Amino acid sequence: MNLRSVADLTPGESGIINGFMDDTLSLKLLEMGCLPGQPIKFNFAAPLGDPICVSVAGYNLSLRLDEAITISIQ
Amino acid sequence: MSHSDTPKIALVGNPNSGKSSLFNHLTGLNQKIGNFPGVTVDKKTGYCKLDDHTRAKIIDLPGTYSIYPNSTDEKIVYDILGNKADPLHPDVVVVIVDASNFKRNLLLFTQIHDLNIPCILVLNMMDIVEKTGLAIDADKLSSELGVPVIPMKARQGKGIDVLKRALLENLEQHFHPIFNAYELAPDAIDAVKKTFSVNDDYVAYQMLQQYRINSFLTENEKNLIIDITEKHQFNRDELRRKETLERYAAINHFIDGAVKETFTQLPKRWTQKLDRVFTHKIWGYLIFLFILFMIFQSIFAWATVPMDLIDLTFSELSVYLKSQLPEGALTGLLTEGIIPGIGGIVIFIPQIAILFAFISILEETGYMSRVVFLMDKIMRKFGLNGKSVVPLISGVACAIPAIMATRTIENWKERLITIFVTPLMSCSARLPVYTILIALIIPEKTIGGIFNLQGLALMGMYLLGFVAAIVSALIMRLILKTKERSFLVMELPTYKMPRWKNVGLTMYEKSKTFVFEAGKIILAISIVLWVLASYGPGNKLENAEEIIAQTYSQENLSQEEFKNKIESFKLENSYAGIFGKAIEPVIMPLGYDWKIGIALITSFAAREVFVGTMATIYSIGNVEDESTIKNRMRNEVNPETGKKRYDFATGLSLLVFYAFAMQCMSTMAIVFRETNGWKWPLLQLFYMTGLAYVSALIIYQTLS
Repeated sequence: MNLRSVADLTPGESGIINGFMDDTLSLKLLEMGCLPGQPIKFNFAAPLGDPICVSVAGYNLSLRLDEAITISIQ
Repeated sequence: MSHSDTPKIALVGNPNSGKSSLFNHLTGLNQKIGNFPGVTVDKKTGYCKLDDHTRAKIIDLPGTYSIYPNSTDEKIVYDILGNKADPLHPDVVVVIVDASNFKRNLLLFTQIHDLNIPCILVLNMMDIVEKTGLAIDADKLSSELGVPVIPMKARQGKGIDVLKRALLENLEQHFHPIFNAYELAPDAIDAVKKTFSVNDDYVAYQMLQQYRINSFLTENEKNLIIDITEKHQFNRDELRRKETLERYAAINHFIDGAVKETFTQLPKRWTQKLDRVFTHKIWGYLIFLFILFMIFQSIFAWATVPMDLIDLTFSELSVYLKSQLPEGALTGLLTEGIIPGIGGIVIFIPQIAILFAFISILEETGYMSRVVFLMDKIMRKFGLNGKSVVPLISGVACAIPAIMATRTIENWKERLITIFVTPLMSCSARLPVYTILIALIIPEKTIGGIFNLQGLALMGMYLLGFVAAIVSALIMRLILKTKERSFLVMELPTYKMPRWKNVGLTMYEKSKTFVFEAGKIILAISIVLWVLASYGPGNKLENAEEIIAQTYSQENLSQEEFKNKIESFKLENSYAGIFGKAIEPVIMPLGYDWKIGIALITSFAAREVFVGTMATIYSIGNVEDESTIKNRMRNEVNPETGKKRYDFATGLSLLVFYAFAMQCMSTMAIVFRETNGWKWPLLQLFYMTGLAYVSALIIYQTLS
């Protein structure tokens, strides 16, 4: 379990953002407050399992699973 | 402030930061919605009296998280703030932030601050901040940032006066950039400053970053910048990443001094609880369907009464004027052309106001983004995006703002498909057509005690439009190919009570825009139509009485029958009648006659003309009779069969035709602008009208 991503979290579980695996997307995620070292919490998934709702930097953000998988966590 | 007599003040902020509330407080009803030159982004401007001597122009810029845009309308923010030559370039920027979500909101502030435009920072939502136990020291923050910081509760209007006073003061700020761009790329920045005679480091840095979307640069100048970036190895993405991280580091430093976080958990209990219901596996979708159902039922239930009243008022006004004014062409034009024409515009107001009220409430409360969240996976299967739901729902009000709303979709293919299928959603202009035809062919009954049968039929029409849109999207998804990626990184804002003032203003603004914009076309068409229906080639119309008397000399016609024969003979031989007759062979298989043909022709400019056309056609020479348009249509007889003209087959075929056909010049104009060419609007015209014709043909031929 070296490389876990936000997509591996279970509802209610938190992790600390480690880095990004997608350069283009990371620019946007950084500006939205997803900073390395910040806690990120998986809140719940949409009824069909995708997208998901996470808490980061004090607010709620929706991410698709293929976006969540690019955020690696410790 | 001594820049000019009417200083320009721009409002900038993240989405959901309360920017529109602040704008409404500052300008009240004194606002104007237009377009930014060259693009179709809504430009909201207004005037605000700062004191007895100073009036300021307020410009509401699109909400954005960063000066680096993700979508088309966010580009405007950089374009206006980054170019001093822009006529809208402000003297002062008011950056409004959601203080309960301080960190992320402050990023945009630091970017704008570094462009060296005088800034005022407004900390909004202080009410929420107070409740959560967060403490923000505005004075300390102000001295750290070097700009005025004003706490505000924009919903209640608290802090507005303080802001006005601050705007009047001299804002010569001692400028010191928060992010030092020069350190990261000194050579490239120097080169740009020299070539383009720019003074500020960050302005030059932004030109290097975003020259592609800078509308003030010529192709030649863009090439110069490309040369500079290559020569000095200006790595855009890498620098932007560093910039964001440095800015957040600076923000953390500011916060350490001025903000005390004494709470352990943000009090979003309500949002959490509501989300558990609104995004529930079963309840989530049921509630969404129920809300849609409610909207349609209430439109039918609430709008019909004022609509019937408006209809009756205008037809009685015509009768009254006809009896009071001397007979002549001018009276005819007034009572048979202009008054029914204006009536045909005013009658829309109740429906448009109700629809926009609902849409604005859904957006105000934060529910709309939950709908995006719920629908994203389903919409993706159809080549759309969760965000396509918003245009599709707004399309129920009007395709024009709906197509403009597609700008939030970053992916071009998904956006194009959404633009293409949105006009299939039944817009409010179809509503009067539906209302009148449903009233003619569906009995007014209540089933199951609560469901109005006509209301259900109406909902069926909306569903039909939705299904057509979704299926068309699926087809397009298979045809169009793209490698561009699609994202859904979207804030889910906390639930809020709608601000009724904003809802009211939206209703007022949209109705006003409709009356003046669409009204012009409808009125013009009504007048042209009256002329075409009252005059014809040759002297057949003047001699109508003789001709009819001769034709029917063998039969014994009553006074009434004789008069009706004359009127229909006149209409048939007028210019409008001739046009209608000309297309009759094409529309006959759909169950339409030449009178409906006239309505179809006029509807190609705008479909809402249908009811007005019907009113004009059936009131030519017929105003004495007090009945409303609906009753006149109900009494219309098909001369060949002797049965009602608007029977079930014809009515349904007409309903489906109007549901699918592209009959709106304004929509085509907006699609032209949004897609930069005639390819897509023309494809839309042929696809939708073809679909309408074939479907109506099948329906009429099966049912009759």
